[in-house]
Amino acid sequence: MKRRIVHKHPLAIRWFHWINFPVLGIMIWSGLLIYWAYDPYKIQLGDWTLVSFFPDGFYKALKLSRRLAEGMAWHFVFMWIFLLNGLLYVGYTFISGEWRHLVPNRNSFREAVHVTLYDLGLRKDQPPFIKYNGAQKIAYFSIMLMGVGSILTGYAIYKPTQFYWLTALMGGYKTARLIHFALTVGYVLFFVIHIGQVIRAGWQNFQSMVTGFEVLKPSEPDRPALTDVTPEPGPSDDPEPTEPRPDSTPFQPALS
Amino acid sequence: MKTTNEPDLPESDLPESVIRRRTLKAFGWFALASVVPVGVYSWIQNSPNLAGIRKPLRKMLDVNEDIASTYFSNNHLVRTYPVEAAARVPRVNGFDGLRTPLPDDWKLQIDRQGSDGEPQEPLLLTMDDVKALPRQELVYDFKCVEGWSQIQHWSGVRFSDFMERYQLGTRSGKAPSPDNTDDLYKFVGMETPDKGYYVGIDMESAMHPQTLLAYELNGEPINNQHGAPVRLLIPHKYGVKNLKRIGRIFFSDTRPRDFWAERGYDYYLGL
Repeated sequence: MKRRIVHKHPLAIRWFHWINFPVLGIMIWSGLLIYWAYDPYKIQLGDWTLVSFFPDGFYKALKLSRRLAEGMAWHFVFMWIFLLNGLLYVGYTFISGEWRHLVPNRNSFREAVHVTLYDLGLRKDQPPFIKYNGAQKIAYFSIMLMGVGSILTGYAIYKPTQFYWLTALMGGYKTARLIHFALTVGYVLFFVIHIGQVIRAGWQNFQSMVTGFEVLKPSEPDRPALTDVTPEPGPSDDPEPTEPRPDSTPFQPALS
Repeated sequence: MKTTNEPDLPESDLPESVIRRRTLKAFGWFALASVVPVGVYSWIQNSPNLAGIRKPLRKMLDVNEDIASTYFSNNHLVRTYPVEAAARVPRVNGFDGLRTPLPDDWKLQIDRQGSDGEPQEPLLLTMDDVKALPRQELVYDFKCVEGWSQIQHWSGVRFSDFMERYQLGTRSGKAPSPDNTDDLYKFVGMETPDKGYYVGIDMESAMHPQTLLAYELNGEPINNQHGAPVRLLIPHKYGVKNLKRIGRIFFSDTRPRDFWAERGYDYYLGL
């Protein structure tokens, strides 16, 4: 029996995605070893400290204390892989035309609000999309820009004399370090949401990052769930008629 | 609602058996590939140490130095600030090499070799000999390897002027010449009188116009904690390379020993 598959992620994208996972992990871990040596950042409301980066127990639990030399060594070795993988990803995305699935357009922001309401259970339907919905486009495009930001602010604090113009552009040495740190906090927040959404979206979505394709349900062989997802029957802005799904589990390819 | 420029994803119809085979194959490769990062991590962590850090990391740090030296330039200057911006109470960090009192008979010792490599009588200089050179002021953002930085106001003499005046750092024993950089030794070594702290500096960085032998901080003679009577100030390297209380200076073609490099830090630490 034949099944219809949707080719979702090209091989190169899967490689870049999975290489980035351990490499960014090493960068964040070694970054924490470095940050420990001078850890002034906190979020304050007046005199009240909302979040302190980081409490002693955090360093202790993760064994991050007194390892600056080690942290710098790992960081300044693996930064090259992070940079190279990032450059290849951006280059590939641009040349292959994959960017058309990724770069947000003028509808994306409205769509993202819609998707968020849907994810929070405040709306029953989600807007149709091809590969990524508006929220995903914004998230994945931002994470790419954040990568660029990490590399630029990273180099600004790595060689502030040789690349004095870059350091100045990033707001100076101290500011560049703060941005570099804040971006990392951003990655961690992204990661938490990403994992949550991948779990929500289910196995088919997850395995497509390994196999590259999603298998469509046999009952709707010509209905690619990706192009017009309307889990509930009824009126929608989808131009094509929608059939009710026999499967009760709604397909949720939201922010993953 | 489809945006005009986003293409549909390609689709194909395949027998279930083919799909199953492809899925298994992809996960097989995925499992195999996941071994690679685990392998790389344990290879590094199980490597022997080379100067306080795992050997593969050390090797790569040295490659980083080679990369950095391709864009290092004497024209790339540390940003300077008005004197008012300098900290009133400059931060002190680290007392290695300063734990014994400064010897009363302190003189700046510079080891010299003849062109045949034979050691010659060392040069012994007083502070007056150092101060005889043109005085330079530098107000810049001092950067600690720990991550903090502070604007500080230092005065001293250019190390390159010092080398020229006393004809140091060359194999020929003549003053360094920009036309004959091959004549220069590759490294400068410095240590405190008690040899409790020591650094090695690549010659290129040592010859940078902002590298100073500093003897004043905020316009006052520097105190013991900051490295009296004279210290190295190399603003395009982290503070750990800015040796306090210089006792001996020497030149060599191999890396002089370096206090923090022995403890796992990068040798170069150039900014």
